Amino acid sequence: MTERAPRFAAALPVLSVLAAILVLWYAAAVWMNATWVYDQAARAGTTVTLAEVIPQTMAQSRPLLPPPHQVAAELWKGVTAQAVTSKRSLVYHGYVTFRGTMMGFALGIALGVGLAMAIVRFRVMELSVMPWAIISQTIPIVALAPMILTVSNQIGIDNREVPKAIIAAYLSFFPVLVSMVKGLRSPDQMQLDLLSTYGASETDTFLKLRLPASLPYFFASLKVAVAAALVGTIIGELPTGAIEGLGARMLIGSQFGEPLIMWAALFAAAILAGGLILIVGWIERVARARMGAPA
Amino acid sequence: MKDTLTTSAPVIAARDLNLTFQTGDGPVHALKDVNLTINKGDFVSFIGPSGCGKTTFLRCIAALEHPTGGSLTVNGMTPDEARRQRAYGYVFQAAGLYPWRTIAGNIKLPLEIMGFSKAEQEQRVARVLELVELAGFGGKFPWQLSGGMQQRASIARALAFDADILLMDEPFGALDEIVRDRLNEELLKLWARTGKTIGFVTHSIPEAVYLSTKIVVMSPRPGRITDVIDSPLPRERPLDIRDSREFIEIAHRVREGLRAGHQDD
Repeated sequence: MTERAPRFAAALPVLSVLAAILVLWYAAAVWMNATWVYDQAARAGTTVTLAEVIPQTMAQSRPLLPPPHQVAAELWKGVTAQAVTSKRSLVYHGYVTFRGTMMGFALGIALGVGLAMAIVRFRVMELSVMPWAIISQTIPIVALAPMILTVSNQIGIDNREVPKAIIAAYLSFFPVLVSMVKGLRSPDQMQLDLLSTYGASETDTFLKLRLPASLPYFFASLKVAVAAALVGTIIGELPTGAIEGLGARMLIGSQFGEPLIMWAALFAAAILAGGLILIVGWIERVARARMGAPA
Repeated sequence: MKDTLTTSAPVIAARDLNLTFQTGDGPVHALKDVNLTINKGDFVSFIGPSGCGKTTFLRCIAALEHPTGGSLTVNGMTPDEARRQRAYGYVFQAAGLYPWRTIAGNIKLPLEIMGFSKAEQEQRVARVLELVELAGFGGKFPWQLSGGMQQRASIARALAFDADILLMDEPFGALDEIVRDRLNEELLKLWARTGKTIGFVTHSIPEAVYLSTKIVVMSPRPGRITDVIDSPLPRERPLDIRDSREFIEIAHRVREGLRAGHQDD
């Protein structure tokens, strides 16, 4: 067992990187937004010194690259400035995206685990399904998403949540499938022989050996799968004029030339992703502790 | 437990047993014309170099391999039938405990599969833990135990469902000599207390001579029996019996048997 470093020492590398990113970001914001300031000055026939330029790059309403504090302010406004049920609330849009992500995640887990079970049980499934599962991941989802939306519309599914969940599941089932196939196959021949000397049925072998042996693989795949489900949901919200969700918010920001809205939605999505990964990590730790792993 | 006195009814009987594996390089005779009778209460060691078929023979008894010729009966039944009657417990070289189950949970594994009641499971776990001197360790997870203790737990698991035959495939092969000596001593005590019939595969001549009432010397290509030695040593064996004349004489005969097998190549 490794010594757990004190909290501050563990956070130090992360904070250093964060500080470096902020410095670079501010520098880039000054550099990119200065063009506009110089243009304005030229149009007004005045000249500006660098000392005058810098403050003006920090507070534009439509900056090329908004500096961190502007994004933070917009994010704060989006979360607190209105009721959480308002169409302008990032909490509302975040919740829509979260709901879609969870549906897609659940669907992806069910699909991934189900296919893995079938593949491990029936050799013919491995030969027939596995290549297609791999091919499915080589098709760019951005190209596929509008088609999924159109097709679900055609077959009369009016609920926008369904195609979104399908797109999210499409991305998230794959890591679960690959890990579960590996996990369900992880017991060695000796373990299988041992069960065979007890006259164990195939169901016993699955429930008492293969399934518990696969759980560490399953949890490792969940972190990837939940992030993939979020990406899938946001992509599902982008095309064909969706009006709800962080993806729609990003699209609106980009179409109406409101970079602040776009950046705030982007960061809301990043925070949501971070939260989801923390939750999955916590569930994994609880499960591992219950399964007797060394603390 | 039935009577622990030695009766003459054979527990395991092999007649002209043959097993040929088909491999890419052609057929491999893993076992050729093996004839052997094991009586109730015998402690039989199988010794020989790698590829002599000792493990394969044990696996045939446990119905993990299926002979391609001859006959093999366990308690008068086919090995498959004997397995359904829970005739044997099998101990592998590695303890193979499930890391996600406690020691007690691991011992319950066969009991759950065989459908014992919860109360009966608890009772049996307590009894076999006592038997392998692991009482009080039931709630621990495998990683909290030493290698020797893990192997004792795996023996407890094989004992839990009261099989009359214990098949052990180099169970102490991965342990150091000191631990191994102690476990050998404990195994003899366990055997004396339970009266089980034990089949024991080993690479070690002293281990085979110390433990067994019958030593089966085997040799490879094709895997076959070259000598069967009925040990004149008493059933009660302190560790220092290994310095006695009889012990050294038997060990010598085993070594001769192994050497003779090699010269056949």
